[in-house]
Amino acid sequence: MDENSSARLKRRLLDIVYRIGLFLAMLTICLPGLWIVISSLRPTVEIMAKPPVWIPQEISFDAYVAMFSGIGKGGIPVIEYFRNSLIISVTSTVIAVAIGMAGGYAFARYRFRGKSSVFLGLMLTRTVPGIALSLPLFFLYVRLGIIDTHFGLILAYVALNVPFTIWLIDGFFRQVPKDLAEAAQIDGCTRWQAFWQVEFPLAGPGIASAAIFAFLTCWNEFALASQLTRSVSAKTLPVGLLDYTAEFTIDWRGMCALAVVMIIPALTLTYVVQKHLVGGLTSGAVKG
Amino acid sequence: MATVTLTKLTKRYGNIGIVHGIDLDIADREFIALVGPSGCGKSTTLRMIAGLEEISAGSIEIGGRIVNDLPPRSRNISMVFQSYALYPHMTVRENLGFSLKIAGAAKEDMVRRVAEASAILGLDMLLDRRPSQLSGGQRQRVAMGRAIVRDPDVFLFDEPLSNLDAKLRTQMRTEIKKLHAKVQSTVIYVTHDQVEAMTLADRIVIMRDGHIEQVGTPDEVFRRPATRFVAGFIGSPPMNLHEATIDDGQMVFASGEKLPLPAQFKANVTTGDKVVFGLRPDDIYPTGHGISSGGAADVHQIELPITVTEPLGNETLVFVEFNGTDWVSRMLNPRPLRPGERVAMSLDMSQAHLFATETGKTLRS
Repeated sequence: MDENSSARLKRRLLDIVYRIGLFLAMLTICLPGLWIVISSLRPTVEIMAKPPVWIPQEISFDAYVAMFSGIGKGGIPVIEYFRNSLIISVTSTVIAVAIGMAGGYAFARYRFRGKSSVFLGLMLTRTVPGIALSLPLFFLYVRLGIIDTHFGLILAYVALNVPFTIWLIDGFFRQVPKDLAEAAQIDGCTRWQAFWQVEFPLAGPGIASAAIFAFLTCWNEFALASQLTRSVSAKTLPVGLLDYTAEFTIDWRGMCALAVVMIIPALTLTYVVQKHLVGGLTSGAVKG
Repeated sequence: MATVTLTKLTKRYGNIGIVHGIDLDIADREFIALVGPSGCGKSTTLRMIAGLEEISAGSIEIGGRIVNDLPPRSRNISMVFQSYALYPHMTVRENLGFSLKIAGAAKEDMVRRVAEASAILGLDMLLDRRPSQLSGGQRQRVAMGRAIVRDPDVFLFDEPLSNLDAKLRTQMRTEIKKLHAKVQSTVIYVTHDQVEAMTLADRIVIMRDGHIEQVGTPDEVFRRPATRFVAGFIGSPPMNLHEATIDDGQMVFASGEKLPLPAQFKANVTTGDKVVFGLRPDDIYPTGHGISSGGAADVHQIELPITVTEPLGNETLVFVEFNGTDWVSRMLNPRPLRPGERVAMSLDMSQAHLFATETGKTLRS
C-alpha cells in the first residue's frame, strides 16, 4: 500500500472514531432528557421496573391530563406556577441584563480606581453556593415581609445573576473596537447615541447570550425558591415539582410530565434566540 | 473650511507629559502632515483636535472658535481612522449616510450627498455591501467617503494608509491627494511615513517626544533641516550623519579621517567645536554617476572601499566605508561594482549639513 492510500485510510478511520465518540457524548447528554419524556408517558410500574424496561409497552398522556385537572383529581396549580416562573424569570433577567450592560460597559471602557478589586469582588460572590444563602435570606425576608413574594425572589435572582451578566457582557463590549464609538461621536453622536447606535447592536449577540443564561438560571433554580416561597401565589415550577411527593409515595410520572412542561419554554426560547447569536458580527469593522 | 490654531497645547497623563505645549497655525485649505516616530505625540495631538482626548492645557481654535471643551460632534470635523472604524452592522450606504441620519437631514439631501461622495470615490458598486465584504482599499475609501459626506471644516487623518500593502498605499496616496484638490478643505494628516508626508503635504510638522522639531514645506525640511533629528528622519535612505571635531578648517572624524569644512559653515564654527556632519545619499556618488548642485570647487573627491551594493534598476545604492561605518550613496546610470573595490567618490559639500553635537541644532546661519 502506498503512503497516500494508507494516509487516506487512517484519516477515514479517525473520522469514524470521531463520529462514534461524538455519538456517545451526545447520547450521554440527551439520554436523561429522553428518559424524562418517556417516563412521563409510561405507567409507574414500568418506571420502577427492575431490570429497566427500555422500550415503553404502553403510552398514555394521562399524566398531562391529570396535571391540568383540578385539585383532588391528581392536578396541581400548574398555570399559576408557570405564571410565577415566567414573571419572576423575565423580570429578574431584564433587570440583571440592564445592570449587566451598564456594569459590563463600564468595566470594558472606563478606567477607574479599584476597578480590578471591584471586578474580583463581584466574581467572588459567585463562589458562595446559593443554598448557603437560603437560611440567612429566609430570616431577612421574613423580617422585611417579602417572604413568599415575586419581589423577594426577583431580588434574590437579580443578585445571583448580576455578577455573571457583568462578566459576560464586559467580554463582549471589549470585542467591539473603541474606534467605532469614537467614529460615531465624530459623526455627530452623543456618547449615549454612540452606545445605542453602534456599540449595543454589535454587542447584541453577547447580551442575548447573557440574557439566556440569566433566564435559564432563574427558570431552573430550585434551592432558593424552595426556601423563599411556599404558597401557590409565589411558587415557581421547580418548587411545584414537590407537589408530586406525598408522605409515602412519589408520583414519578407526574413529576416527569411537569418537568417536560418546564423544559419546553426554555428550549423554545433558546432555539429562537440562538439564531441571533451569530458570532463575528464585528468582522470588517477594523483591519482584518 | 477653516483655519486651525494650536496654542501651548499640552497633554499629560498624571505626571507623564505626552505633548509639551506646542504652537501651530494651520491655514485654511492647507494640507498639514504631522510626522514623527511612534510615541512622539502626533496621534495624541490629532485626537485632542478631534475632541477624543481632553487637553491638559493650552487651547485649540477651529475657524476662529475655541473648541477646547466642545464634544467631537460640535467641532465640525471628520476623521479617518487607521483601523477604518466602519460600522460593521451597516451597509456602505448606511455607513456613508450615518452622520446625516444622526443630524436629522432630509431624505433627499441624504441620498444626494451619499451619491456625491460615492461618485467621488468610485463606491457606486459597493453601496449595498457590508464592510466585511470589502477589501482593505475599498474599506479605506468608504472611511474617506464617510468623512467627505459630513462636509467638515477640517479633515483629520490618523495614519490612514498604514494597514494597506505597499502597492495599495501608493495608489491611495494619490487618491488622497486628488481628493484634497477636489474638496479643498483643511487637512491634518498624521503619519509615521515620511514619504507620505513629503508627497501629500503643503507643510510638514516633524514631532519628537511631544515637541515640534520643525515646521516647513517638504522642500524646506528636506533641504534645510533645522535639527539633526529632522535630517535623519526625512529622506530615504536617510542622511549620512557622522560626528566630527573642527580642526583648522577641517572636520576630523573618530577614525582620524578628514574632510574639508563646507564653505557655507566656515563662519559659524571654530577649531575645537564638536559637530555632526551630514550628507544625503544623493550628494555622495561614484564620480561621474551623480549630479552636483554646486560648482566644481564644492565637490570633494575621495577614494573609498565598497561594502555592499543594492541595485534598484535605474539607480544603485552603493554602501562605502567611511569612518568605520557604512555611508549610503546613490549612483545614477549605474555600472557594475564589486564589494571590496575602491572607487573614486564625489562628495558635494555645497549640500552638506552641520549640526551642533550638543544641541542637535543646525549651524547654518
